[in-house]
Amino acid sequence: MDWLEVVVLFLQHLWLSVVPLLLGLAVAIPLGWLARRYRRLYAPMLGVTGLAYTIPSLALFVALPVILGTQILSPVNVVVALTIYTLALLVRTVADGLGAVPDDVRQAALAMGYRPLPRFLRVELPVAVPVIGAGLRVAAVSNVSLVTVSALLGVPQLGALFVDGLNRAYLAPLITGIVLCVVLALLLDGLILLGTRALTPWQRERGAT
Amino acid sequence: MIEFDAVTKRYPDGTVAVDSVDLHVPSGKITVLVGPSGCGKTTSLRMINRMVEPTGGRILIDGTDTNTSDPATLRRGIGYVIQHAGLFPHRTVVDNVATVPILLGWRRKKARQRAMELLELVGLPPELSDRYPSQLSGGQQQRVGVARALGADPPIMLMDEPFSAVDPVVRESLQDEFLRLQQDLGKTIVFVTHDIDEAIKLGDQVAVFQAGGHLAQVATPPDLLADPADDFVAGFVGKDRGYRALSFTPADGLPLEKEPTVEVGADAEVARRTSVEGWVLVLDDARRPQGWLDVSRLTGEDEVTPTVLHRGGTVASATGSLRGALDAALSSPTGRGVIVDDIGALLGTVRPAQVLVQIENAAAEAEARH
Ligand SMILES: Nc1ncnc2c1ncn2[C@@H]1O[C@H](COP(=O)(O)OP(=O)(O)O)[C@@H](O)[C@H]1O
Ligand SMILES: [Mg+2]
Repeated sequence: MDWLEVVVLFLQHLWLSVVPLLLGLAVAIPLGWLARRYRRLYAPMLGVTGLAYTIPSLALFVALPVILGTQILSPVNVVVALTIYTLALLVRTVADGLGAVPDDVRQAALAMGYRPLPRFLRVELPVAVPVIGAGLRVAAVSNVSLVTVSALLGVPQLGALFVDGLNRAYLAPLITGIVLCVVLALLLDGLILLGTRALTPWQRERGAT
Repeated sequence: MIEFDAVTKRYPDGTVAVDSVDLHVPSGKITVLVGPSGCGKTTSLRMINRMVEPTGGRILIDGTDTNTSDPATLRRGIGYVIQHAGLFPHRTVVDNVATVPILLGWRRKKARQRAMELLELVGLPPELSDRYPSQLSGGQQQRVGVARALGADPPIMLMDEPFSAVDPVVRESLQDEFLRLQQDLGKTIVFVTHDIDEAIKLGDQVAVFQAGGHLAQVATPPDLLADPADDFVAGFVGKDRGYRALSFTPADGLPLEKEPTVEVGADAEVARRTSVEGWVLVLDDARRPQGWLDVSRLTGEDEVTPTVLHRGGTVASATGSLRGALDAALSSPTGRGVIVDDIGALLGTVRPAQVLVQIENAAAEAEARH
């Protein structure tokens, strides 16, 4: 086992987990907003995204090259598939986070003279950050684990160590792979937690009088 | 000046929340909208700044139909205060208050300076300015809400049950401060409440709403108490309105009797000698009444201590109303009501019969004026 190779796999795994997370969040925010804004959209939208989450990941990894016309080994498939899963988790989170913004806060923002977009970006979204942050942590950990599945197709990342360990009936790569996955998951979880805290000083100070 | 011209609001579900209301809200005065829950007060208020659009009629502000102005711009020029303050939880107190100035494009520094002035104006210590709303008491949050609404010094303030969610003692002090503030600021205020006592205390003019969004009566508080337009208003205003109307008759001119007094710490024997009909009024060293003393209770003590005083009676201000004076006379264990000046020092006492004479005189004067 070559350590340089392991480092490369780790970094591969990192970006395969993180890029879909960011893409998923970027799409989930407007969709979550739509689901709140037009209440009739809420149930169908969550239904569809919830359904997307039930598609087996392997099936998606295999099907996407056919749909997108990409190479089967292309990391784009992994990114797209995980973006769909992230989206499935986060649309609900964003919609519920926005729904948890107290109505009097929303009304006050309207009454102060905020126009719709600034009201969303400067009042509703910041107030929803704690809920969205919590959902993001779940999605990050889930992504780290889902990425490994793509090893079956030969996409290089830490999951490749599992396949390697299995093929050679050798425990060391397997254990290295598991440990590094856990480390990566904890790392992302911790980073998101810190980011959420940094964005919400008002939560920490709560009741600190 | 705000004018409701046959304003109606029918919500999409068919509820008629406000039914053809005509109302004239004079500039620089407090107009209170009062009525039972669900009678359309909040809807009426929100139509002024277009948070709710009327489905019929027009609302004019200084002669201009509100629906010709851009809603966001309109709202920045109208202060708005709600029941639970609705402060932005993610912003500090000072940044909450600076909200509207910043929306208007002020520089952050200038907006914060303005916010600090406003916090002082509403009686909040500057050290609270860096706190978050969740770290404040309900009463403090409500003050921040008022300061925030005053952000850009709007000529009009809309207030929706701003004091309903705080406890009665805090509410009363917030109301008193609000009246003092309004004396200086002279805003055009539309104030919503379901509490008729609050309406009567705060309003220059009171508009009573009835279920279905009907405007039942618009009158000054004394007129409302003296002359309710119909059974609904009479019932809503309440039973003891004759007594409450005395709040609007000044107590000046009451004939006061000189009351013999002793100070706290005085010799028990002196107190006994000074007493009239077995009671003596005890003052502190600034001549502020502390309570009545029943001299027969001075058995063991050789001096007057605060613990032996009767504290049930109320004290009325000479510059207050006949309601206060009558209450002082009725609640006094001696039948002699204690009257004080503006700083709380004793002026004299008055008996119930003398207050009643004064009430009759005032009524006769009012009759003569009509
Ligand atoms: N957005 C809405 N949609 C439908 N009905 C509403 C809406 N808002 C208020 N109402 C109804 O309109 C009536 C008046 O409401 P409101 O103005 O809030 O009364 P108040 O402030 O006097 O309690 C009530 O019957 C209420 O249920
Ligand atoms: Mg209301």
